[in-house]
Amino acid sequence: MVRYAHLIPLFPFAAFAVNILFGRRLRKASALVSIGASFISLAIAAVTFIGNARCGEGSYMVGRWLSFGGISLDFGVTVDPLSCMMLMVVTVVGTLIQIYSIGYMRDDQRFSRFFAYMSLFMGSMLGLLLSDNFVMLYIFWEGVGLCSYLLISFWFERPAAAKAGMKAFITTRIGDTGLLIGILLLFSATKTLYFRDLGNLGINDSLLTVIALLIFCGAVGKSAQFPLHVWLPDAMEGPTPVSALIHAATMVAAGVYLVARTYGLFLAHHSSLIWVAYIGAITAFMAATIATVNNDIKRILAYSTISQLGFMMLALGVGGYDGGTFHLMTHAFFKALLFLCAGSVIHAVHTQDIFKMGGLLGKMKATGWTFIIGALAIAGVPPLSGFWSKDEILSEILREGHPVLFGIAAVTSLLTAFYMFRLIFVVLFGKPRSELHAHESPAVMTVPLGILAAFSIFAGFFRPVEFEPIMMGVSIAISAAGIGTAYVFYILGNKILPAPLRARFSFLYKLISNKYYVDEIYEALIIKPSMRLAGIAAAFDSKVVDGAVNLTAYLSAVSGKLQYWFDLYIVDGIVNMAANITWLCSAVFRRLQTGFVQNYILIAFFGLAIMILIKLTGGQ
Amino acid sequence: MIPQNHFLILGAVLFAMGLYGALTRRTAIGILMSIELILNAANINLITFNKFIGGPDGLGQVFALFVMAIAAASAVIGLVLVIAVYRNMKTIFTEKMNILKW
Repeated sequence: MVRYAHLIPLFPFAAFAVNILFGRRLRKASALVSIGASFISLAIAAVTFIGNARCGEGSYMVGRWLSFGGISLDFGVTVDPLSCMMLMVVTVVGTLIQIYSIGYMRDDQRFSRFFAYMSLFMGSMLGLLLSDNFVMLYIFWEGVGLCSYLLISFWFERPAAAKAGMKAFITTRIGDTGLLIGILLLFSATKTLYFRDLGNLGINDSLLTVIALLIFCGAVGKSAQFPLHVWLPDAMEGPTPVSALIHAATMVAAGVYLVARTYGLFLAHHSSLIWVAYIGAITAFMAATIATVNNDIKRILAYSTISQLGFMMLALGVGGYDGGTFHLMTHAFFKALLFLCAGSVIHAVHTQDIFKMGGLLGKMKATGWTFIIGALAIAGVPPLSGFWSKDEILSEILREGHPVLFGIAAVTSLLTAFYMFRLIFVVLFGKPRSELHAHESPAVMTVPLGILAAFSIFAGFFRPVEFEPIMMGVSIAISAAGIGTAYVFYILGNKILPAPLRARFSFLYKLISNKYYVDEIYEALIIKPSMRLAGIAAAFDSKVVDGAVNLTAYLSAVSGKLQYWFDLYIVDGIVNMAANITWLCSAVFRRLQTGFVQNYILIAFFGLAIMILIKLTGGQ
Repeated sequence: MIPQNHFLILGAVLFAMGLYGALTRRTAIGILMSIELILNAANINLITFNKFIGGPDGLGQVFALFVMAIAAASAVIGLVLVIAVYRNMKTIFTEKMNILKW
C-alpha cells in the first residue's frame, strides 16, 4: 500500500509560502524553490504511480476533519489509476513549465511572485486530484480558480489582462455555483460526500439527474465548455507558461477530471450523460471552427483546447470513460508543448499575429520541430499520442451507437488537423511576412520543449490499445484530409487567406470569426442588463440610501451642535464657576502661606501659648 | 536632693533657647538643631514629672528614649531633605526655598 500520496501537494504549498514570504530576498532563487518542490512532488507521484500499478487501489484516510450530527468528514486520499495518471501528468508538465518559465519570465519584475502562484496552482491541482470527497475537492477547486485569476491577470498593469482575469473568475464562478448547489443537494439527499459512495446512492433518478447536471455545471465552467467557454480565449492575456499550465495540466483538466471522478453519478442515469455528450460535441465543433479563422497564435491554441476538452466531454458522455481520460492525459502533454512552443515564438518575435510571422523554422530549429511534433500529435497522426486517444474516442462513439455525434467528432478532428497545420504552415514555413528578428530561445526553454515532445510522441503507448484497422484508417484519412487542405490553402495557394472561399461564404465567415457572437450575446443579454440593474441599484444607493444616511448625519450634526453649545455654556459654565469661586477664595487664603518656616513655627508657638493660657485661666 | 523646680527651669530654659533658635536661625540645619533642643527640653520634663508626680517607675525614661529614637530618625530625614534641597537649589537658607509659593 502507498501511504504517502497526501504529501504530494504539500511541497508546492510550502514552496508557495516560502516564495510569497521571502520572495523579495530570494529573487531568482525562488524559481529553484518552486522547481525543487515540484521535483519532490514528481518523485512522490512517481512512487505512488508505481505502487498503485503494482498493488492496485490504495485510497486511504489521512485524518478526521469534521464530525457533526453523526456524520463525519475525513481528510482522505484517492489513489486509483485515474488520479495516479493525472498526478504524473500534472507534476511532469508542471515541473517542465516551471523550468521553461525561468527563461520566459527572466526579465519580469515580479519573478518570485510568479513562481509562488505557479506553486500554489500546482499544489491546488494536486490536492484536487487526491481529494476523496466533495468538500475537499471544492476547496482545491476554488484554489485552482483563484490561482487562475491571479495568473491570468498577472500583468495587471494591462487593462486587458486585468479584465481577462476577472472574466475567467466570474465565468467559472457561475459554474462553481452550480457545483456547490449540486454538492449541497447531494449531501441533503444522501448524507454522504465521498466519491466512493457515488455508485449506489439509492435515491430517485430525477434527483440524481439534477445533481449530476449541477455538478456538470462546475465542470462546464472550469473546462470552458459551451456556454461558459468565453473566458478561456481571453485568458491568453496571461503569461504564456500560465496559459500552458491552465490549458494542459491544471485548470481546464479539473473539469474533465471532476466528471470522470464522479462518473458513477452520471452512469446511474443516462439522460445526464447525454447532456454531457452533446455539450461536449457542440463545444468541440464550435471551438474548432473558430480556431480555423483566428489569427492570434495563442487564441488558436486556446480554441483548440476548448475543442479538445469538448472531445473529452463527448467521450465521457457516450460512456467512453477510458478514451476520455486517456485523451485528457495525451492532450496535457501535446497542448503544453504547443503552448510552450508558441511562447517561445512570441518570445522571439514579439507578436502574436500569425500573419506577421512566417519562415521561422529556419531560425528556430528546436522550437519549430517540437512545434511540428505537437501539431502532428494533436492532428492525430500515427504513431503520436494524439492519434491513439482520438482514435479510441471515435471508435467508442461509434460503438455506443451515436452516428450524429460521430459525424460531429469526425468533422471536428478534420478541423483540428486543418487549423493546426494552418498555424504550422503560416508560422514556420514560407517567407517572413514582416520585419522579424527571430532567434532561438535559451536552453532552459528548449529543453522542456524536447522533453514534452518526447512525451507527446510516446504517451500513446502508456496503455494498450486494441487495433481496429477500419477505424484507424478512417481517422488517418481524416487527419490527412485536414493537413492536406491546410497544405493546399496555405502553401500551394500561397495566399494569406483563401479569399474566394471567404467571399463565397462571407456570412459564415463573419459568424465564425466573430466567435458565433457568443460574447456579444452575453454582452446584450446578461452584462448590459446586469449593468443597467447595477446602475439602478447605484442610483438607488446614491439617492435613497445615501440620502437617508446623509439625513441621519445631518441630524446628528445638528444635535451635536446643540450638545456642544450646552456643553460649552452650561456644563462648562458650572465647572468654571466652581473653579472661579475656588480661585477667589484662594486669593484671600494664600496670603497665609508666607513660605517662611519661621513664620509657621511662630504661629504654632503663639497658638500653643494661647491654648495654654486658655487652659490656665480655666476658659474664662 | 535637687528639687523639682530646678529641672523644670532647666527644661524651660532649653525650650526657650530652642524656640529662639528655631525662629531666628536662617539656615535649615540651624533650625533642625534648635528643634532637637526643644525635644530634649520635653524629655527633661517627661522624666521630671515621672519622678516627682508619680506613675510607674521608668515610664518617663522609656518615653524619653522613644522620643530620642524618633528624634534621631526625624533628624536623619530632615538632613536628607536639606541635602536634597541643597543639591537642587544650591542653598540652605529657608527664605530662599520658595519655589512652591504662589
